[in-house]
Amino acid sequence: MENGTFEPVLLKRIHQKDSDKLATYKADGGYQALKKALAMKPEEVIDVVKASGLRGRGGAGFPTGLKWTFLPKNVEGPIYMCINGDESEPGTFNNRILIEEDPHQVLEGIVIGSYATKATRVYFYLRYEYGRCYRTLKKAVDEMYANNLLGKNILGSGYDLDIVLHRGACAYICGEETGLIESLEGKRAWPRIKPPFPAIEGAFRRPTVVNNVETMACVTHILQHGPEWFQSMGIAKDANNPRDAGSYGPKLYCVSGHVNKPGLYELPLGVTARELIDVHAGGVWKGRKAKAVVPGGISMGFMSGDELDTKLDFSGPGTVGCLGLGTAAVIVLDDETSMIDALYNCCRFFAHESCGQCTPCREGTAWSTKILERIRAGHGKLSDLDTLQEISATIGTIPGTTICGLADGAAWPIKTALKKFRPEFEEYIKSGKRSESKVLAGAH
Amino acid sequence: MSELSEDTKQKIRDHFKDYPTKQAVTLPALHMIQDQKRCVSNDAIKEVAELLELSASQVHDTLSFYGYFRTEENPIGQKRIWVCRSLPCMLRGGEELLAELCERWNLLPGGTTPDGKVTLELAECLGACDGAPCILVDDELSLNMTVDKVESDVAEMFR
Ligand SMILES: Cc1cc2nc3c(=O)[nH]c(=O)nc-3n(C[C@H](O)[C@H](O)[C@H](O)COP(=O)(O)O)c2cc1C
Ligand code: SF4
Ligand code: FES
Repeated sequence: MENGTFEPVLLKRIHQKDSDKLATYKADGGYQALKKALAMKPEEVIDVVKASGLRGRGGAGFPTGLKWTFLPKNVEGPIYMCINGDESEPGTFNNRILIEEDPHQVLEGIVIGSYATKATRVYFYLRYEYGRCYRTLKKAVDEMYANNLLGKNILGSGYDLDIVLHRGACAYICGEETGLIESLEGKRAWPRIKPPFPAIEGAFRRPTVVNNVETMACVTHILQHGPEWFQSMGIAKDANNPRDAGSYGPKLYCVSGHVNKPGLYELPLGVTARELIDVHAGGVWKGRKAKAVVPGGISMGFMSGDELDTKLDFSGPGTVGCLGLGTAAVIVLDDETSMIDALYNCCRFFAHESCGQCTPCREGTAWSTKILERIRAGHGKLSDLDTLQEISATIGTIPGTTICGLADGAAWPIKTALKKFRPEFEEYIKSGKRSESKVLAGAH
Repeated sequence: MSELSEDTKQKIRDHFKDYPTKQAVTLPALHMIQDQKRCVSNDAIKEVAELLELSASQVHDTLSFYGYFRTEENPIGQKRIWVCRSLPCMLRGGEELLAELCERWNLLPGGTTPDGKVTLELAECLGACDGAPCILVDDELSLNMTVDKVESDVAEMFR
C-alpha cells in the first residue's frame, strides 16, 4: 500500500501563514481539545490516551498512558512534567520543525497531559542549539498566559499550571530522561541509577513525568478526535504476541543523507523504508542505490540495502537485526559510501557523548573509535574486527553493567555493520587502504 | 569590584521563582554570563556560587561538564560558528566543509581568529539534517551550507 493520499495530522498547518501564532491556531480549531479534557476527570483523560495505544516518540516507544499511571496516587506536594526537547540523536529533527512551525499544538498537548497527571509545573527542556525554537516557544507561552491558557484557573476550570522554558548546553546525554533531570537541577547530566524511576522520584526528588515533544503533539489530536481515530492509522497489535503494544497513529519520519529530497515526512506508522525513500523522499540521489539505511537514529544500527521492505513501525527494524524504530530518523547511505567511514563516524559520536560514569561505556566507546581510526589510517588488523565485536557485545547491558541506554545504542552500529558488511571491512584491512575523508582532531 | 553587574545579578535572581532549588538556576546564569562576556571567569563562578548558595566547585563542576562553556583562559570570539560533522552531514560534505574552513581561516576546531571575531567549532548533529551540511551561528541554524556561503555570511555579520 502506498500512502500517497495520507492527510497529514501533525504537519497539517506548517505551511500556513503565521502557523506559529495563537490567533491562527485558534481559528483552525485549536484549544478545543483542551476544553474537552478540562471537562473530564484527569483519570478519564489518562484512559483516553491509554485506549489510543499512543507510544512515546522519543526513542523507547513506551506506552504513554501507562507511564502516566505509574505516578503515585494522592500525592501531597508538586508533580512535575518534563518535556524532552533535547533532540540530539543524529538524524533527528522532527521536534525542531514542530516547535518552530506549530508550537501551540505541542503546548496544548502539554497542558492536557499535565492536567491528566495533575502536574502543576512543566519544565520544557530545550537543547541550546534550538535558539529559534526557544524564541518561538517563548512568544507562544506568553500568548497563552495572556489568554488564560496557562497560569491560574485555566479556562475557568480551577486548574493552575505554569510552563518554564529551560535551555540545555549542548550535550546529547541530556536527552536521557534522568540525565535531563540532573541537568535541569543544575548539575552535570549524569544519568541516575534506576529504580527509582522518575514517576516515583524525578525532578527535585518529586514524582515526574518525562515525555517527548512529538508525543505531546499526538495527545492533542487524540483528545480532539478520539482513540478510535488514532487507532485507524498504523499497524495493529500482533494478536499472537501478548507483549506487542502495536504501532498506532501518524509518525514524523526524518529522512536525511543520500536522497533527492531530504526532509520531514508524516505517514502512518509502518510505512516501508522503500516507500519512504523512493516515493516520498525522491529516491536515492545521483541515480545510485541504497547500500545501507539507518532506521531511527544511529543508535539503532544499520539495515542493508536488501532490507528496505522492512516496515518502519515499532517492531519492524527488530526483525532485521536493528535495535528498533528509535526516533524514526532514516539516514540513507548510497552505494559509494564507505561503511568504515560511516561506522567510524558513529563510534566517534558516542565516544564524544558518553558521560563517562560507567566503565564499559566510557572505555568501549573510546576504544572502538581508536581501533577504527587505526583501520582508517591503513594500519588495521583482521583481529581488530573480533575486538570490535567483543566490545559491542559487552559495552552496554541494562540492567547490569551500565546506567543508561547510551552504551547499548553505541553497540548497535558496530554489531550491525560487522554482521552485514564484514567482507568490506576485511578487504579494506587486507588492502591497507586509507580513508579519503578528512579528519580533524578538535579541541572540543 | 564585582565581575557581574547588579543588573545581571538581579536577572539571575529573577529565575529563583521558577525552581524549587537555587542550584537549578546554574545553567540559566552561566548562559547569561557567557553571552555577555564570551566566557565565564573564575570571579564570575565565585559570584554565581554566592548567589545560588553553592560552593564555587559545585558551579565549576557543572560548567566543566558542558563543553559549551568557556573559562577565562579560552574565551570565544564575537561570533561562534559550529560546523556539524555527524553522519547525515558527513554524507553531504560536512567534514569537508569543516576542513576547508579550518584551512582558509588557519584554525583548528575550537580556535578563534586573531582579530577575535570568529570562533570555529565542530559540532555533533545540530538537528537540521534536512539541510545537511549545516552550521550553527551562536544559536541560529543555517542549512545547506557551502564554504563560500559561510564566508559571505560571516562577511555580512561584520559589515
Ligand atoms: C542516550 C539517550 C538519549 C536520549 N535522547 C532523547 C531525546 O533527545 N529526546 C527524547 O525525547 N528522548 C530521548 N531519549 C529517551 C528518553 O530517555 C525518554 O525515554 C523519553 O524522553 C520519554 O518520552 P516519550 O515516552 O514521550 O518518548 C534518550 C534516551 C537515551 C538513552
Ligand atoms: S551508559 Fe554511558 S552515557 Fe549512560 S550513564 Fe553510563 S557512561 Fe554515562
Ligand atoms: S547530522 Fe548535521 S544536523 Fe544532523
